[in-house]
Amino acid sequence: MIREIFNVSFFAGLIGATMRMATPIMFATLGEILSERAGVLNLGIEGIMLMGAMTGFLVTLSSGFLWLGVLAAALVGMALALLMAFLAVYLGLSQHVSGLGITLFSTGLAMFVYRLHFGSPLVPPTVDPFPKVAIPLLSKIPLIGPGLFNQYLLTYVAWLLVPVLSLLLYKTQAGLKIRTVGENPFAADTVGVNVYRTRTLCLVAGGALMGIGGSFLTLAHQNMFLIEVVGGRGWVSIAMVIFGNWDPLKGVLGAIIFGFLDGLQLRLQGLGFKVPFHIFLMIPYLMTIVVLVGVSRRATVPASLLKPYRREEKGG
Amino acid sequence: MIRLMIVKREPLPGWARIVIPIAAIVVTLILSAIPILAAGGALWKSYYFLFYGALGTRFNLLETFVKASPLIFTGLAVALAFRAKFWNIGAEGQLLAGALVATWIGIYGTWIPSFLLLPMVIAAGFFAGGFWASIPALFKTKLKVDDVVSTLLLNYVMVHIMGALLFGPLQQPGSSWPRSSEILQAAKYPLLLPRSRFHIGFLMGLAAVFLIWFLNTKTVFGYRSKAVGANIRSAHFGGINTTVVTLQTAVLSGGLAGLAGVGELCALQYRLIMDISPGYGYSGIVIAMLGNLHPVGVLLSALFFSVIIVGAQTMSRMTGVPTYIAEVIQGMALMVMLVFLLLTEYRIRVLRVRPRMRAGGSRN
Amino acid sequence: MSDDVPRPVAEMRSIEKRFLDVIANQQIDFRIYRGEICALLGENGAGKTTLMNILFGYYTADSGEIFIKGEEVNLSSPRDAISRGIGMIHQHFTLVPAQTVLENVIIATESRKGFFLDLKSSKERLLELQKRFGLHVDPEARVWTLSVGEQQKVEILKALYRGVDILIMDEPTAVLAPAEIEELFQTLRILVGEDRSVVFISHKLKEVMAISDRIVVLRGGRVVAERKKEQTNTRELVNFMVGRDLLERIERKKVPPGEPVLEIENLTVLHDKGLEALKGLNLVVREGEIVGLAGVSGNGQRELSEVLFGLRVPLEGNLKVSGEPLPWGDPLSAIRLGLARIPEDRIETGLMTDLSVEENLILERHGSEAFQTRGILNFRQIHQFSDRLIEGYRILTSSRDAAVKSLSGGNLQKVILARELDGRPKLVIAAQPTRGLDVGAMEYIHRRLLEEKARRAGVLMISEDLDEIFALSDRIIVLYEGRIMGEVPLEEAGREQIGLWMTGMHK
Repeated sequence: MIREIFNVSFFAGLIGATMRMATPIMFATLGEILSERAGVLNLGIEGIMLMGAMTGFLVTLSSGFLWLGVLAAALVGMALALLMAFLAVYLGLSQHVSGLGITLFSTGLAMFVYRLHFGSPLVPPTVDPFPKVAIPLLSKIPLIGPGLFNQYLLTYVAWLLVPVLSLLLYKTQAGLKIRTVGENPFAADTVGVNVYRTRTLCLVAGGALMGIGGSFLTLAHQNMFLIEVVGGRGWVSIAMVIFGNWDPLKGVLGAIIFGFLDGLQLRLQGLGFKVPFHIFLMIPYLMTIVVLVGVSRRATVPASLLKPYRREEKGG
Repeated sequence: MIRLMIVKREPLPGWARIVIPIAAIVVTLILSAIPILAAGGALWKSYYFLFYGALGTRFNLLETFVKASPLIFTGLAVALAFRAKFWNIGAEGQLLAGALVATWIGIYGTWIPSFLLLPMVIAAGFFAGGFWASIPALFKTKLKVDDVVSTLLLNYVMVHIMGALLFGPLQQPGSSWPRSSEILQAAKYPLLLPRSRFHIGFLMGLAAVFLIWFLNTKTVFGYRSKAVGANIRSAHFGGINTTVVTLQTAVLSGGLAGLAGVGELCALQYRLIMDISPGYGYSGIVIAMLGNLHPVGVLLSALFFSVIIVGAQTMSRMTGVPTYIAEVIQGMALMVMLVFLLLTEYRIRVLRVRPRMRAGGSRN
Repeated sequence: MSDDVPRPVAEMRSIEKRFLDVIANQQIDFRIYRGEICALLGENGAGKTTLMNILFGYYTADSGEIFIKGEEVNLSSPRDAISRGIGMIHQHFTLVPAQTVLENVIIATESRKGFFLDLKSSKERLLELQKRFGLHVDPEARVWTLSVGEQQKVEILKALYRGVDILIMDEPTAVLAPAEIEELFQTLRILVGEDRSVVFISHKLKEVMAISDRIVVLRGGRVVAERKKEQTNTRELVNFMVGRDLLERIERKKVPPGEPVLEIENLTVLHDKGLEALKGLNLVVREGEIVGLAGVSGNGQRELSEVLFGLRVPLEGNLKVSGEPLPWGDPLSAIRLGLARIPEDRIETGLMTDLSVEENLILERHGSEAFQTRGILNFRQIHQFSDRLIEGYRILTSSRDAAVKSLSGGNLQKVILARELDGRPKLVIAAQPTRGLDVGAMEYIHRRLLEEKARRAGVLMISEDLDEIFALSDRIIVLYEGRIMGEVPLEEAGREQIGLWMTGMHK
């Protein structure tokens, strides 16, 4: 059995599975980093991913176009994030509770709409999922080639987002504004930055990414929609943001580690280890908790995270 | 050009604390018309069957109380925790932990005298839930780990622990489904009224509401918990051992959630199954918020949600609106309640911003 | 006859602003002229900051007009004000500690090349400004490494970078040592030399008289006087500010100090970033004396008070209260040893603002035998206690159940005083006790501290306010960079000497 693990094809397959499992989390983590850098914790992430998954699936099935489904998922994510922005930014309500409200609402809504549209068929409907696209030369590299460079287009998009987001945050005026709003919104306000607008834009952009991440689950990873399709990945992304210390590259690294554990767990099951498969399912979550425990001490949280910003307080 | 601003307002009189949640419920019900109509349901017929299904017959009414029992417990669990700013999103996992341990003792506790079995099962379920909540509490107090994420992730871990056990040692011999054997008769909750499923769980819930109210308002622990939730730094400054208080709150919270699980097991299902909780732990969050974290508020919210959940079944049968409307209404209720709570402290001020004057045109 | 009354560069007419039930600004007319330093004088709560926040676009007036350079304007946000040449440096700095000086300065400005930030030319421009105005700070330094005075320079540079014509500074000297104040004044003189204007908000008469050309006094939300500096004096200004003559030097008894109530030996404490905030500190406070610990903020005062309060654990050192060792990091022990603690940020550290006055009053005593039996609170005793304290300390509140956040600043401090002093403590540690309070509250607190001294308690008062230090202390100690620069009894203390010590200079 040990020999089988070190088999080349096992390894290559594992890399491929890692990227596939990691992709939705990469999107969600990047989206959450954007929100949290501006000072808003978006706990609606799990619900937004679910609505993204359902909407993407629904629209793809109805229209026949996969990318239309992805677009619809992004739009739905943006709409839900806008609602979050209304509650937590504009009204200044508790970010914890607003986000949870969005998740609860979105979860119910996703199931409601799905049921409305499809009823309860014995055989759940499926779509033709995204095909994998091989990058010409790179996918021929031995060992890692087929795993890394024969992936879905959305996965490549996720990779590209990392440098884009990093450049945005660290090298542009927009990123400086976002970071300042996240560290000291009063400072940003007094220098002319519209705190509400910045936070809202970050939330909405983040929501789009979360929605897209969710749609990957039903349009590439699997090809059908089930209520447990997101299965806590939204929460894992929140942990990955902390793991990555709110940096896009490091956060995505965390997502890839989780994807690795998820893929590993799947493959180990296939090898017939004599452990109940539920234990395997637990491993990624346990590892996430362990990782969180290890990292939290030294985390540098954006200083204004969880604090609503209001201008007209006591005068004097 | 109109600009809206949120401004602090004068405090509202006491009656507002009761009127606000009721207003929130009414507004939620009105907003529910949107999904109902979207589902193609006839509006008034749907509302009628919603309420009839929950309150219209003796059986329905008792069912509503039955469904409210776990909600009261998880609502209290979350309210207690939130009051101390321990963001316990893990009530679902704690509920399962309670049900799990209750199952184990309920099946294998043959050596325990019958009259002691039920109390032991209840106690064990309480402590199991409390234990499961103490883990993230320790993480938070000793290691600064965010409680939202840790309590959430532990939910998933507990689900899988349950799955591993139900496909393993706890599985009913001879069955290929993930379900346990039935618990002993002595471990079952007494049924209180014939031709219904009304059991002592609801009365236990009422007792819990009273106990928690007493604890919150009249005891040292209640004061400390409230102080820690209000400002942990000041509480620490004042000599309160915030770590101990957080832990105590977490254990009590988890224990209450665990009792919800024990109730579902010992009163309704009589055996452990994967779907023993359709998300009661998460509903507890909405119920706690809607009840403004107050025990009596929790009781009333739990009843409200129970009405929705039970009524939705009948409504679905008669009008074709999917039962998931109950979850949609839950989510909406939470958001409406949040907005209304805001309006108790702030109001919206409308500003008319004057258009700019032309350059050189000065006044008078 | 030529019309040689200069037109103001900015004018505010009939400004009204109210918050809830407090009228902060009432029918205020205010003008600023080119090339002048105009002081806006008044005690805490008079409405100065509110008025300037309106000019800066941060607040919106309920009624009234604003004219800038002759043109009526509608300022709906700081962005509008900044684009018209108005800059404001608030009391609480608007800097991001984790970012560099350069990043803090160039945010939301046009410093870019295409999509990206143009760090090179921004830096050049910044250095040029630094040279011109004498404000030298390393552009690549992270702001948290800078001293308070240096941070203020960054704030000024921020405004200059944006081409400020009217610079508003809110209590700029509160956080500076005397030498730094001189530096600031020099910078301001260069500014007005270039025909720009400065509005100098302060309640410190000496500095106002030193630097301003014209002085406007606010009291209770109204303008009560406007004078050119040459036409007035401190006595008249005080009268305008407070409405009456300020009390002369408080009558203090000479009480021979007794046994030591606080002994600090070799105290070394690290601050949050891991460097030493206090280096081997030694300090003694005796019965019946008030020790004033002076110094600019950021020299270890916060860490010292946190250690004494039990909120921070030192690296090493011995602490004794009346001979008993004080365990580190244990607020409960501090309370039990009879230590009264008045924290410098009363809202974040001392109070729970959503809870009631009563609930705040019993914070430290709720577990005692008087107030609870076997875990159940004894409300009759508790109500008696809080009623007694509310009356005894004249805490202005609608009821003992009113939420503390509805109280004014002075009353908040009274709640803390009542709670801490009621137990007849042996030692009182007061950190910045009158910060942000009006004269009435300040006098009350000073009186209470003197009463404690008369009762033979020992008082350690940590304060940035030199006036306060000189008014109350029997002995003055100066803290600089974690060490004691000097210690001197009041009779021998000279302001100049103290000022030198505060900036780290020996004789």
